[in-house]
Amino acid sequence: MTPADQPLPPQPVRRRIIHPLLVRATHWINAFAMVCMVMSGWAIYNASPLFGFDFPRWATLGGWLGGAIAWHLAAMWLLVANGLIYLCYGLSAGHFRRHFLPLRLRDLLRDIKDALTFKLAHQAGVYNAVQRLMYIVVLLLGVLVVASGLSIWKPVQLDSLVDLFGGYDTARRVHFAAMAGIVAFVAVHLALVLIVPSTLLPMLTGRAPRHSRKNASEQEQQA
Amino acid sequence: MSEKKKNLPKNSELQPELVQLQRRLFLRSGLSLGALSLLSGCNLQDGDQVDKVLWAMSRWNDRVQGMLFRPNHLAPTYPASMITKPFPFNAFYDADSAPEIDGDTYTLEVSGLVRNKSSWNLAQLRALPQTSQITRHICIEGWSAIGQWGGVPFRTFLAHIGADTTARYVGFKCADRYYSSIDMATALHPQTMLALDFGTAPLPTEYGYPLKLRVPTKLGFKNPKHIAAIFVTNENPGGYWEDQGYNWFSGS
Repeated sequence: MTPADQPLPPQPVRRRIIHPLLVRATHWINAFAMVCMVMSGWAIYNASPLFGFDFPRWATLGGWLGGAIAWHLAAMWLLVANGLIYLCYGLSAGHFRRHFLPLRLRDLLRDIKDALTFKLAHQAGVYNAVQRLMYIVVLLLGVLVVASGLSIWKPVQLDSLVDLFGGYDTARRVHFAAMAGIVAFVAVHLALVLIVPSTLLPMLTGRAPRHSRKNASEQEQQA
Repeated sequence: MSEKKKNLPKNSELQPELVQLQRRLFLRSGLSLGALSLLSGCNLQDGDQVDKVLWAMSRWNDRVQGMLFRPNHLAPTYPASMITKPFPFNAFYDADSAPEIDGDTYTLEVSGLVRNKSSWNLAQLRALPQTSQITRHICIEGWSAIGQWGGVPFRTFLAHIGADTTARYVGFKCADRYYSSIDMATALHPQTMLALDFGTAPLPTEYGYPLKLRVPTKLGFKNPKHIAAIFVTNENPGGYWEDQGYNWFSGS
């Protein structure tokens, strides 16, 4: 037997987990549920457009109004259950505090400037101020889209929630605006993945090469 | 053996990378929009596996909505100044095709789990205690309109026909081939009404002359017009749209 055929002794792991399994699982379940919700929601919108346009039929789900509503009200349970698991984890395990905070105006202005001049460096596992702001905003939009959605679904049983939005018609507009905000976030999110494709694999495996952490740990030591 | 060959990675070294690659390809194919576009054909009509899941989820939603329903919680009411004018016409046919019914010969049939199965004419219905409400009609399409309806509280009518109020459903058959049904809790809700008037005048043809069910706690399609027969039953009678896939409960 040559040395090359012998099994290797266990190697020290050169990669570390930057996205815990629960974050990855809820992220991809959320991605599926959101695509279902948005596409079926567009089909429901098309039945009685609020504004002067329709969504293209190929971008809708369900085939007809009844099918779209069935999709919407089925995926709703997946979205809400998954979202609650993520929120409980994010609040109890310190995930939000560690990754989204602190958010300082000074950092935000600096990172926006760097981003616009394409100088913003990416560090695996560390969110810059622009990312922090975007994740916080999209989480709040998620709460808003669910609250306004519930008030459109149950305007009598949840009439106080409807009043909070200023009536049924306003709740419908808020639902649309929150959807538009989330879709805009997804567009930017996907554009950033295209610009920095190395972020995709860690979102699937959870692991990032250790060297990409070097700058971050040096900064932490200096701080 | 040459130096070059020795430097090639060994199988055991490649294994973790291969596993990661497999996972990535699996997830990518599972999450692709291409896969989702195949699902968009699932529309409750074909009876495939996805449709079965959607129907099962719809039944689950019926149960949850039944539990969320508060029997005495009233729908919001509005001042007369907020009434929508003109109030939209909506049916599965054009306004021209709405049935013309002669009020003088009209009769309402009553059947099922009731003590008194005799039929009713308009004068008898008008002789019952009357009520009026200004509430919001919400269509499943998303639009809504505020209207004023007058008529007999449905629970008053159910009491007059000696309905078994422990039965589960009340079904409606209409003169325009439409049919629908509601749960007993909704039938007994204080605002559920057998409407004879729209505004202060008898229902116009397009809004359901001579008799319409007005249920402010349900979506518009569960407010049948031109009612010809009412029956009380424990078998879910379904409905014109409900049988095609609209959520049966569709309560708000």
